[in-house]
Amino acid sequence: MKLSNPSALTLACALAFGLLSSAGAHAEKVLRIAMTAGDIPRTLGQPDQGFEGNRFTGIPMYDSLTQWDLSKADKPSEVIPDLALSWAVDTKDKTKWIFKLRPGVKFHDGSAFNADAVVWNVNKVLDKDAPNFDPSQVGVTASRMPTLRSAKKIDDLTVELTTSEPDSFLPINLTNLFMASPLQWAKKLAAVPGTVSDKAERAKQAWAAFAADASGTGPFKMTKFVPRERLELAKNSEYWDPKRRPKIDKVVMLPLPEANSRTAALLSGQVDWIEAPAPDALDTIKARGFKIYSNPQPHVWPWQLSFLPGSPWLDKRVRYAANLCVNRPAMKQLLGGLMGEATGTVEPGHPWRGNPSFHIKYDPDSARKLMTEAGYSAAKPLKVKVQISASGSGQMQPLSMNEFMQQNLKACFFDVQFDVIEWNTLYTNWRIGAKDPSAHGSDAVNISFASMDPFFAMVRFVSSKAAPPVSNNWGYYSNPEVDAIIAKARTTFDAKQRDALLAQLHAKIVDEAPFVWVAHDTGPRAISAKVKGVVQPQSWFIDIATMSMD
Amino acid sequence: MISYLIRRVLYALPIMLGVAFLCFMLVHIAPGDPLMSILPPDASVDLQKQLMELYGFNRSYPVQFFSWVWRAVHGDLGSSIATGRPVAQEVFKAVGNTLMLAALATLIGFFFGALFGFVAGYFRNSWVDKIASFISVVGVSVPHYWLGMVLVIIFSSQLMWLPATGAGPDGSSSWIWDFEHIKYLIMPAVTMSFIPMGIIARTVRALVADILSQEFVIGLKARGLGEFGVFRHVVKNCAPTAMAVMGLQLGYLLGGSILIETVFSWPGTGFLLNQAIFQRDLPLLQGTILVLALFFVSLNLLVDILQTVFDPRIERA
Repeated sequence: MKLSNPSALTLACALAFGLLSSAGAHAEKVLRIAMTAGDIPRTLGQPDQGFEGNRFTGIPMYDSLTQWDLSKADKPSEVIPDLALSWAVDTKDKTKWIFKLRPGVKFHDGSAFNADAVVWNVNKVLDKDAPNFDPSQVGVTASRMPTLRSAKKIDDLTVELTTSEPDSFLPINLTNLFMASPLQWAKKLAAVPGTVSDKAERAKQAWAAFAADASGTGPFKMTKFVPRERLELAKNSEYWDPKRRPKIDKVVMLPLPEANSRTAALLSGQVDWIEAPAPDALDTIKARGFKIYSNPQPHVWPWQLSFLPGSPWLDKRVRYAANLCVNRPAMKQLLGGLMGEATGTVEPGHPWRGNPSFHIKYDPDSARKLMTEAGYSAAKPLKVKVQISASGSGQMQPLSMNEFMQQNLKACFFDVQFDVIEWNTLYTNWRIGAKDPSAHGSDAVNISFASMDPFFAMVRFVSSKAAPPVSNNWGYYSNPEVDAIIAKARTTFDAKQRDALLAQLHAKIVDEAPFVWVAHDTGPRAISAKVKGVVQPQSWFIDIATMSMD
Repeated sequence: MISYLIRRVLYALPIMLGVAFLCFMLVHIAPGDPLMSILPPDASVDLQKQLMELYGFNRSYPVQFFSWVWRAVHGDLGSSIATGRPVAQEVFKAVGNTLMLAALATLIGFFFGALFGFVAGYFRNSWVDKIASFISVVGVSVPHYWLGMVLVIIFSSQLMWLPATGAGPDGSSSWIWDFEHIKYLIMPAVTMSFIPMGIIARTVRALVADILSQEFVIGLKARGLGEFGVFRHVVKNCAPTAMAVMGLQLGYLLGGSILIETVFSWPGTGFLLNQAIFQRDLPLLQGTILVLALFFVSLNLLVDILQTVFDPRIERA
């Protein structure tokens, strides 16, 4: 065909453009994410790999009874309804909670979400006699909801949860219990060969099969799983929440534990999003048109102090001096700006902040004055030994940050020595406590922690009931006033009153200074400019479902 | 020959048992909690005890060892604590990926190593020898993870010719031998080939220099044998030692590629070991070390047998 007529040429061009734009409109939108994890976090409903697991294989594929509101970047995330529409504690017996469930929710396999599914999901980690009990999910789940004991169906859309003691933190803890499909698991159990007769072994094999072909109620469905290499999710067009119905067709997740490899994968166009880019490459990444997102997370990088007899930290003036002698703004500069300056476990604007009378800032003169009052000087410095690691999840840049602190504190008459041990060993020692020989006589320990809920942010470090080996009160801090506030907060079921008590607790902790608070991580990630609608909340998590792509 | 073969296999058995014992002891001696991948440090002591019982870590070491060996003999290496997947399935998939990478790297390393070695040996003390020796010294000395990163910066980040990480556009499970997939293999294989190239080049250079100075070479030349004929004799005399070195290098590459596989996120045994170590996943760690060690023992056995075939004097010795 010869197109000599201008109008025919125009028509042909229009048709061609029309076809092209139509093809573009239907082109699959694929978001490729490089995680820091060395393996795909577990996909069976209770992810491992810390909160990165919840972020990438929990929240996108599953829902829980309650969830974090991830839609705002300018204020701390709060707990909102998810698969539960509402909840209330029993006024007569405060160990019992009634949860009203959301109607019309379906698992990816088409089965209905209901009270039976909730009971089944509680039993998977708490009832050893349940056919679906899975020991491998117990640790990461039960430790995050330490008081939950059982679940009972009241009717199809009502369930009763029982705790070991009155515990107002339960709705927050329940963000960690993801709802997997009982029907899908039953299908996998039925497919286990009959030659496997042991009940526990059959359940184990069913869970392994479920992990490779999982079914939740979340905004994305699992479509392909290559262990240790890639996880592919497709959008769940029938997701129950229209605001979170995905606009991206497919999400591919790749485990790339090495920061330079992640950065190279981003720069070479292999992925669109990397977690924790290599700090040295930030300028190059920005220059290539990628966006860096960061926001202070509920994360604390501290020195946790020992209160054993003979500890140098027993003198409050010394604890205050150390907090006043850390030059946080300069440390932030050292880290390329990717650090929040910690003035407590939570910062102003957070509902649990309270009004501490001790204002943590960089004030070396006041620090030196306090140290002089306590009997120390440049000629007679105070020796402290801190157990630290050279690397580790959430530890940011532990060696350079600790050495920076060592230099800062030297100017305030501290002689800091480090006992550098391997990260996993340090993590294990955390629970064993400062009295154990594994602490090597250290006066402080440097382990960062998540501060999303009251128990993990505060209670486990300062409650006298949480002393080793029970939980992470490594330094054996004990204060009856603190214990009394904790007890009251735990049994106050009105959210506002509970938050007021937690604010009181936080203010008391800052004033007592059982930590040297240093930094909050900002969770930096580099994302292609073609990914739109990215909200980086003040949280460990991020919502992929609300994003779109050009 | 058959009696030699049987003797070598029998010698390998106690070595394998010793390897199993050592790898069990080493992973248990290492500090850290075997349940750390599934048990956060803030978990209660009761919960920890409960899981120790459920996973059988509360039993005595001898009971745990013999129960593990008994199951291993029957082909069951247990399940990974972190993922719940069978260890044998994980290890053999990773061994396949590493074997592919290591075999290609060894071939590249052997080809260039032998080439540089022969050239340097034949023209020793000339400028050709100096260049070839320089390349082989660089091959042995350069930190391969550094080389890998440099290659990634040049060919992935800057030129965007080759993918930076992974084992194929859809993962190793969909591997096929086309250019789209081979692209993923080039950089890790080239990086990995540098050390064997350097070692083989140095070995072959020394061998060639030694053989050329032997009387039988002068004899061959005196009898009027041409340069190519002499070359054939030199190659034949070099081959058993060069092959032994190549076999050992393949063995090292099978287990010693942790850094390269981590840099390129290549899902092989090195990457698997790295994850098992960091997660304190004892069944996976024990299983991977055992399989690699057995592979190494078997490879040595194979090389010994092949050497005997090439040089019957070894059997007599």
